[in-house]
Amino acid sequence: MPEPLHLAVALDGSGWHPAAWREPTASPTSLLTAAYWTDLVQTAERGLIDFVTIEDSLGLQTDNSIVHAAPTDRVDRVQGRLDAVLVAARVAPLTSGIGLVPTAVVTHTEPFHVSKAIATLDYVSRGRAGVRVKLSASSAEAEHFGRRHIPQHRPADLATPEVHQLVSDLFDEAADYVEVVRRLWDSWEDDAEIRDAATGRFIDRNKLHYIDFQSKYLSVKGPSIVPRPPQGQPLVSALAHVDLAYRLAARQADIVYVTPPDSTDAAGIVHEVRAEQADAGRIGDTLHIFADLVVFLDSETETGADRKARLDELDGAEYASDARIFTGGAAELADLLEHYQQAGITGFRLRPGALPDDLTRITGALVPELQRRNLFRRAYEASTLRGLLGLARPANRYAVSEGATA
Amino acid sequence: MTSKPRKQIHLAAHFPGVNNTTVWSDPRSGSHIEFDSFVQFAQIAERAKFDFLFLAEGLRLREQNGQIYDLDVVGRPDTFTVLAALAAVTDRLGLTGTINSTFNEPYEVARQFASLDHLSAGRAAWNVVTSWDAFTGENFRRGGFLPQDQRYERAESFLSAARRLVDSWSGDEILADKRSGVFLDAPRPGRFAVHDNHFDIEGHFNVPRSPQGRPVIFQAGDSDAGREFAAASADAIFSRHGTLEAGQAFFQDVKGRLAKYGRAHHELLVLPAATFVLGDTEADAQEQAAIIRKQQVSGQTAIKFAEQLWNRDLGDYDPDGPVPDFDPLLGEHTIARGRASVRMYTDPIAAARLWRELGAARNLSLREVIIEVTGRQNFIGTPETVAGTIDEFVQADASDGFILVPHITPGGLAEFADKVVPILQERGSFRADYTGSTLRDHLGLATPARESAEPPRRELAGARSAS
Repeated sequence: MPEPLHLAVALDGSGWHPAAWREPTASPTSLLTAAYWTDLVQTAERGLIDFVTIEDSLGLQTDNSIVHAAPTDRVDRVQGRLDAVLVAARVAPLTSGIGLVPTAVVTHTEPFHVSKAIATLDYVSRGRAGVRVKLSASSAEAEHFGRRHIPQHRPADLATPEVHQLVSDLFDEAADYVEVVRRLWDSWEDDAEIRDAATGRFIDRNKLHYIDFQSKYLSVKGPSIVPRPPQGQPLVSALAHVDLAYRLAARQADIVYVTPPDSTDAAGIVHEVRAEQADAGRIGDTLHIFADLVVFLDSETETGADRKARLDELDGAEYASDARIFTGGAAELADLLEHYQQAGITGFRLRPGALPDDLTRITGALVPELQRRNLFRRAYEASTLRGLLGLARPANRYAVSEGATA
Repeated sequence: MTSKPRKQIHLAAHFPGVNNTTVWSDPRSGSHIEFDSFVQFAQIAERAKFDFLFLAEGLRLREQNGQIYDLDVVGRPDTFTVLAALAAVTDRLGLTGTINSTFNEPYEVARQFASLDHLSAGRAAWNVVTSWDAFTGENFRRGGFLPQDQRYERAESFLSAARRLVDSWSGDEILADKRSGVFLDAPRPGRFAVHDNHFDIEGHFNVPRSPQGRPVIFQAGDSDAGREFAAASADAIFSRHGTLEAGQAFFQDVKGRLAKYGRAHHELLVLPAATFVLGDTEADAQEQAAIIRKQQVSGQTAIKFAEQLWNRDLGDYDPDGPVPDFDPLLGEHTIARGRASVRMYTDPIAAARLWRELGAARNLSLREVIIEVTGRQNFIGTPETVAGTIDEFVQADASDGFILVPHITPGGLAEFADKVVPILQERGSFRADYTGSTLRDHLGLATPARESAEPPRRELAGARSAS
């Protein structure tokens, strides 16, 4: 029996094509409502999708998703969005099986706040929380916070030593940030709340731990104000296009999203990520490598290619993406996923070209196709996101095992 | 006096926080972390047509004598995340979160509240609190960066910046015309700029205008600076004034400050926190209240309270003995860093003397004195007398309503909801059902007018010419 595949769906606005909001089935005036997000996530849940990610940023949407450019001057693009963690929390009580993985920007925010927010998302979803960490190299976003200066730069500038150093520092800071987030999740042992009426103690304070993190970038004392979340460690994931990002993911993530143009590149990227994982001393840990794909799927009335072409025409430009763009039918996509799987990819994060249509094609056509091939689940086999992804509940780094001597 | 319509009472439910109000040892006391507790609590409040639910916040676990304080409930979930999740299981209840203006940044907090307001269809409120202490700062990037005397100044700047951010969208920008392909009426919406002593920020806010325009603003400080801050900027102020006379004095004072900000009396609500104990008879309620007070102030807890005043270790002291006959240590407070309560004692030696005199006069032990002086049970009685007292306070302008905190989580609120609320409704002093859908509707607050999101033109001249 083949190894089952994991499927995630990346939710963003009306879909990933910039003209997707003009589709007849799109709801561009509902993007700021709870009902819109609830419907999408419930649809994904009916398709037994492992988890959804929710995009976010600390500024207006930009044309370039890799390195943040200044906001666009165009008026034909969706602008404005809601905080992704709050969207996930709003949806959590209305879903029961699917994982919820909001984006959190780590460059200008506080790891203490993000740690407790994701821990709480894990409580309100009963163990289905994760986070996709994202850094911001945008000068415009830096000005929204006014705490540091990030010079304006273009993607091509990454080759210059100054910009490379800037981005490299942002990645190092992000790695420290995730370390703080993770330590805070462990800063309470699971059985720290004792409610011992006999001694009057609500907690056993020996089971709460200062994390005492100090680095060039961050200094955080701890413990968290939130007890250890149900999963112990909610999922941490990151999108990675370059070696710096592979290294961050290999050091700190459970899932890395990569963007191989084809299965040969996929094999190369998998090799690189696994080497970084070994260098990080995490060889025994599960680190999923998900390939990101933008998908335009055939429907009964129109091919995916035609739909993409129609949207391109509306937008006045051919849609380009950091990830491979797939157009075609469910069987063809399933073939492609199998190819990637043979190259060492363990799952996929599908970015629907248009919502809800490409999402309903994923759940209504791709999922049944994968099920026929015995490559995808027929029911949620676990109640936590870690469980769905084959990750055990981790031991607490601060817990002293029974019988150990000091 | 001519008859006027009855003032309508506003009621809110405070999910108990990390202090000794909660009797966690009671077998009925549930989790303070599991989401089910919050759902149950919120649904009781909504069933009773309360105005809103309230969450407190603390960004560092309390410590005393250099150790994490373990006698009270410890730990709580993240405010925004819980409120957003509660929006899914409630329909009308306002959702008020306490969020610190010292260890956050305006852009992030403004987008979180605007998002919460969208996701709850207009039910978000923000209780703005400040802190300055380096103790809490140890959990954040900047540490203890803010001098104590600047905390309200930063809070004012923060709130003003947040207001500019949420006001940066008018609400008319999104056209989303599929046929013409015009999503926005103009490029780069949400333009804002704030340049003052505390913030140097500008750019574009990324959350379009939310249903309430702005979240409802609460403020909880009782100091002169806190009252002034509320009069200038808040929609409601919390207070803790137990007697009718003290409540009326406070009410007069803060409402009297409104005129100079061009605001009317009804634009700032006075909502004291209150506890309650209900019984079948007055005597039964009093007896219950005495038992609860003893549970809330154990011998160990009494010693901890005394240490906060005496500013020294009293671990060997007998709580059932007399009040200590020596004076508190003055100077820097080292026994309970970051505790707000220690700041209440502006003159510790005088406070200790009062405690000693009370103990001697009524032959009370240290613990009994502390039960007296930290007494918090505001409403004790039968449902009828409690309803009568609450109504009297509101009609006599000692408050506009109350924020109730039960001593049992989460079910302690049900007794009040089931027994007291119907009496208030019968009296015509409390709504029988919600008449609006937003928190502003419940509180009788108008939708605020937008302010300019931009400072005087000259600062923006260059940036503006681009568009």
